[in-house]
Amino acid sequence: MRRFLRPGHDPARERLKRDLFQFNKTVEHGFPHQPSALGYSPSLRILAIGTRSGAVKLYGAPGVEFMGLHRENNAVVQIHFLPGQCQLVTLLDDNSLHLWSLKVKGGVSELQEDETFTLRGPPGAAPSATQITVVLPHSSRQLLYLGTESGNVFAVQLPAFHPLEDQAISSDAVLQRLPEEARHRRVFEMVEALQEHPWDPNQILIGYSRGLVVIWDLQGSRVLCHFLSSQQLENVFWQRDSRLIVSCHSDGSYCQWRMVSDSPQPEPLRSCVPYGPFPCKAITKIFWLTTKQGLPFTIFQGGMPRASYGDRHCISVVHSGQQTAFDFTSRIIDFTVLVEVDPAAAFDDPYALVVLAEEELVVIDLQTAGWPPVQPPYLASLHCSAITCSHHVSNIPLKLWERIIAAGSRQSTHFSTMEWPIDGGTSLAPAPPQRDLLLTGHEDGTVRFWDASGVCLRLLYKLSTVRVFLTDTDPNESLSAQGEEEWPPLRKVGSFDPYSDDPRLGIQKIFLCKYSGYLAVAGTAGQVLVLELNDEEAEHAVEQVEADLLRDQEGYRWKGHERLCARPGPVRFEPGFQPFVLVQCQPPAVVTSLALHSEWRLVAFGTSHGFGLFDHQQRRQVFVKCTLHPSDQLALEGPLSRVKSLKKSLRQSFRRIRRSRVSSRKRRPAGPPGEVQEGSSRAERTGLQNMELAPVQRKIEARSAEDSFTGFVRTLYFADTYLRDSSRHCPSLWAGTNGGTVYAFALRVPPAERRMDEPVRAEQAKEIQLMHRAPVVGILVLDGRSVPLPEPLEVAHDLSKSPDMQGSHQLLVVSEEQFKVFTLPKVSARLKLKLTALEGSRVRRVSAARFGSCRAEDYGEHHLAVLTNLGDVQVVSLPLLKPQVRYSCIRREDVSGIASCVFTKYGQGFYLISPSEFERFSLSTKWLVEPRCLVDSAESKNRSHPRNGSGPEKSLGRARNSGSQSDGEGVLKEIQSTLEGDRGRVGTPTAQGCPSLGPDSPGPFVKVAQF
Amino acid sequence: MNRSFHKSQTLRFYDCSAVEVKSKFGAEFRRFSLDRQKPGRFEDFYKLVVHTHHIANTEVTIGYADVHGDLLPINNDDNFCKAVSSANPLLRVFIQKREEAEHCSFGAGSLSRRRRPLALREDGPRRRTHLHIGLPHDFRPVSSIIDVDIVPETHRRVRLYRHGCQKPLGFYIRDGTSVRVAPQGLEKVPGVFISRMVPGGLAESTGLLAVDDEVLEVNGIEVAGKTLDQVTDMMIANSHNLIVTVKPANQRNNVVRGSRASGSSGRSSDSIASRHSLPAAHVLQNLPPDEMESDEEADVVLEGVLEPRLAPRPPPGSLARVNGAGLAPGLHSPGREGSVQRLLSSLRSDPRHSLALPPGGVEEHGPAVTL
Repeated sequence: MRRFLRPGHDPARERLKRDLFQFNKTVEHGFPHQPSALGYSPSLRILAIGTRSGAVKLYGAPGVEFMGLHRENNAVVQIHFLPGQCQLVTLLDDNSLHLWSLKVKGGVSELQEDETFTLRGPPGAAPSATQITVVLPHSSRQLLYLGTESGNVFAVQLPAFHPLEDQAISSDAVLQRLPEEARHRRVFEMVEALQEHPWDPNQILIGYSRGLVVIWDLQGSRVLCHFLSSQQLENVFWQRDSRLIVSCHSDGSYCQWRMVSDSPQPEPLRSCVPYGPFPCKAITKIFWLTTKQGLPFTIFQGGMPRASYGDRHCISVVHSGQQTAFDFTSRIIDFTVLVEVDPAAAFDDPYALVVLAEEELVVIDLQTAGWPPVQPPYLASLHCSAITCSHHVSNIPLKLWERIIAAGSRQSTHFSTMEWPIDGGTSLAPAPPQRDLLLTGHEDGTVRFWDASGVCLRLLYKLSTVRVFLTDTDPNESLSAQGEEEWPPLRKVGSFDPYSDDPRLGIQKIFLCKYSGYLAVAGTAGQVLVLELNDEEAEHAVEQVEADLLRDQEGYRWKGHERLCARPGPVRFEPGFQPFVLVQCQPPAVVTSLALHSEWRLVAFGTSHGFGLFDHQQRRQVFVKCTLHPSDQLALEGPLSRVKSLKKSLRQSFRRIRRSRVSSRKRRPAGPPGEVQEGSSRAERTGLQNMELAPVQRKIEARSAEDSFTGFVRTLYFADTYLRDSSRHCPSLWAGTNGGTVYAFALRVPPAERRMDEPVRAEQAKEIQLMHRAPVVGILVLDGRSVPLPEPLEVAHDLSKSPDMQGSHQLLVVSEEQFKVFTLPKVSARLKLKLTALEGSRVRRVSAARFGSCRAEDYGEHHLAVLTNLGDVQVVSLPLLKPQVRYSCIRREDVSGIASCVFTKYGQGFYLISPSEFERFSLSTKWLVEPRCLVDSAESKNRSHPRNGSGPEKSLGRARNSGSQSDGEGVLKEIQSTLEGDRGRVGTPTAQGCPSLGPDSPGPFVKVAQF
Repeated sequence: MNRSFHKSQTLRFYDCSAVEVKSKFGAEFRRFSLDRQKPGRFEDFYKLVVHTHHIANTEVTIGYADVHGDLLPINNDDNFCKAVSSANPLLRVFIQKREEAEHCSFGAGSLSRRRRPLALREDGPRRRTHLHIGLPHDFRPVSSIIDVDIVPETHRRVRLYRHGCQKPLGFYIRDGTSVRVAPQGLEKVPGVFISRMVPGGLAESTGLLAVDDEVLEVNGIEVAGKTLDQVTDMMIANSHNLIVTVKPANQRNNVVRGSRASGSSGRSSDSIASRHSLPAAHVLQNLPPDEMESDEEADVVLEGVLEPRLAPRPPPGSLARVNGAGLAPGLHSPGREGSVQRLLSSLRSDPRHSLALPPGGVEEHGPAVTL
């Protein structure tokens, strides 16, 4: 009869599902991909960054973040805050202007686009006539002056962008009002600079690219004075006291002009080529800032000697005899200097230099001698070296947290102690309910530990595995290599360093035990390191072991890269995680899966050839198992054997990834994130109309055993369960391969008192061949209450209920195509969910997570969070394998985004939306980390501009700062209260962790079984 | 062969006391002769046969075709004598390996059944004593058109059944556009079409699918709104029992039905395929535990320590268990030792080298690009 029951719409369950699951993309961590513009509001103390994909991101005090996205997919060229207001104007590369404002709604500010405007010339005019080159928001807050390529300056009235034709300053008008001797200059060409008089709003400065600078009287419509330089003009700076004007030029020179009205000045007061006498590149921007001490700060971009340093990206700071050229590793997009804001103050007194480079944000403390950099609390360059893998650990014990921070603080001593100077707005988000770590592995062999608890992803500690190996370059040399006495006085700043010495160093898998402080890290050349947290510096030798995964196999030849050479003898390690064991797989193929059991002191690792188990207590290999199919030639020879050079192929593949990221829209334009709509396929259908010419074909063929990479070990999992019979449980190791095979080994771990004396033994107990032969991506054992087994040491630390060892355990095997539950110890199938057969999607990532209810404090359920190859995230119930909810999350074409996804154990997740940014999403109603902040300027309260219906429904762009919450205050308050409620509960023994599945993070355990 | 053929010619004409024997093992023939009057003992005959075929160390069963074309066994002196004496004029002898003779028993080769039954069973009478209730074991499903009474006349639902068949499925699909009748007139919609058939593949050999047929459903799930890659994955995941509903490009061979009324009460041979519902309903559909056992897709579970895979034959008596009762009958005979190994080896020696990699399956997780 059961089969005739309709799959249910149980209203109670539906209601419960609403309490448990909800999808939100909450915040983007990291550095915006391809930044293209920088803006800063001195009054709000908020920084704005525009990107080539049309995003605007605002950053203030840590936790204060806003993001807006232009509807057009055009690059943001300029960002200007309106003086003293919570409004900003952006200029896109399609010559459109957009007005954004921060509006307070329900107690938090939201960024929202109000107006858009494109400057139109008279009919028939050349497009360059209205091509905007410079934007000047006038201090009257009503006017925007727009300099154009034609040399005309237009004025528009805000906020409606109403063009004021009588206020426009045409180049002809300027020409007529110039004295006779200046008129011989042919044309003015484009406007390069527009500045307002420091204190007289009726005067503006207009600089034209041919070298003419005029001071224009807005009321009298006349030229107050003019300066003519012989070089192409790049930019102009008007000193605070208005008496001095500094212009910089394309030949690498800058000129000072004294501002004296009505007296023509044929020559500048002073002209200087800072890096002369040989030809120099242009100085594109200059600041001339006064100080109380008297000597000014001169800060300029560029101007380097063309022949020898023309390829450097430099900003020079000159002050009282000191000069430093800060040398950036990536192109400089823009920079600004933070100065005294009070208009009544007599001096600028600059305190910080903010530089937006293409790959990172660098802030330099100008008040401390030596001008040290300030460590940013956000905008971290995740991709200093390309990210190769990531691993998330929830709910870190305070002790480990403090030790990691302590180790990290010793690494960042070169940073300034200055408070973060960009501190506008207030963050209203509650303190993060728990401490979460996100670990990223990088191409250069480093592992970075990020504080992923809150909105700001902050670097805590950086671990380098390079010291264990012999490489071409000594890591110590690179820093001290910069000569002191060189001219120009270059100084490298920033951490972005995309160049890897040796691609074999790349980190592929990470596994951290949060209770014991043991860390396992595995890399591209088959290296597996086991590390232990040590608060002291230490010098010791790393024990090396070779694991020959092809021991019994004959006649195979590895044609891939060689294994890494370990450094012989003792090595000095700084405080932090220090390696003590190095296992090198032979052949040295990429480590594809890794599991660590800190209680049994075992580490399991797998490659495309097989897997092995290592006892890191006794430093002894327990066993190796080859998983190869004899016909699998590709795996035997190495995946890259047909490519000439490993380096080249890696480079090509990364280039391919980057290209694909650049070419595609990185953000999904969909409105409210909801259940998957048919609309997306609708859009694709129209695209299909054009595909008739060369149709793509797909072959329909059953999977066979001869597939390549069948031996590829995809997942490893330790469990204390009933492997052999239903009366005794024992430690076991489970391994799943790409060919749909699951191996189970029964382990015999000696009791603690004899742990060093007796060897750990392993014996193969079971082998399961899934008939559908799809790659096994996750293995999990559920206890008698159908709850995933806890992590090792979790019960010992009283953080989890001990698993139910009375009832019968169940084995969950997740392949790319199916979820399947088997009974233990007799492995017979109980349930399955054929995902691919039903939906055509395949599992890419799976992880068990605990979903808390937003209503009932103590209620929670364990389910599987699943990411498919279509970029959808789903929740599949445990143990009945019923699909609960499905949301579209990542574009299906975004292969690298899907591959980079990690789930947390409380229903959140991260994936890379660009090489440098993680998007954080949440499937849970309870665990949401999102920015909630308030930006308030005194003016914004009093301001009452007449506005025609610019309500939220008229907003042209979509802005986002609080996920997709728009239900108003009630919901927000509710979330806040639940979050606060959780904070109170952290650390109580009821907080139950749940193990994660999947190649990245095998899992959990209970306690050592004794035979 | 030539020589023996010549010899047999002479025998036929000049020596009437000799019986010409044509012995067949697999695809090989041997010819020899026996004395009609004194054929000798069965044991000697057995040795002779085994010797002439060079299969001395394999266990075989011997049968012959009697005058009615039935295949009868030769396993003792009596039926041997009967066989020789009734040969008219040629004695056709069929030799099979013993295990094959048991497994691919009758029924499968319907084409040649009229001429000779395929297999011999030495212990036939004993087996017949216990009756099987349920689907007959000696038949296997073949690819066919199903649900004729449910599917609209312009459509065709085809079950491609490949269990026990070594042929590849052998077809390709592509994106395309089809024309639908919509309220506002004809409307172009994207669709998935069969683009190519692999010569000699299962799809071609059934003759039920053709190039340019539009694929409408895969195992009861509509493909509308799904991408080509999704449909590919769905078909591959269902490849052991693939049911596709197509709209044939050639509409002339459609089944013509007598009356629609009778069709509505007609039986359906496949309950999944007969459902015309939204994909969403199927997402939630999950087989209850008691139905799991009848699912033909059973996994193989091996217990204990295994021989290395390279070893060609398993040692007798190794611990082996097959999970799931309804394993494909052609591959599985309960209670026989070593059947799992045979099953495994038959799976592993699958000759289809041409398997299409699932798109992105290996590339994304390949060692070259691992993020």
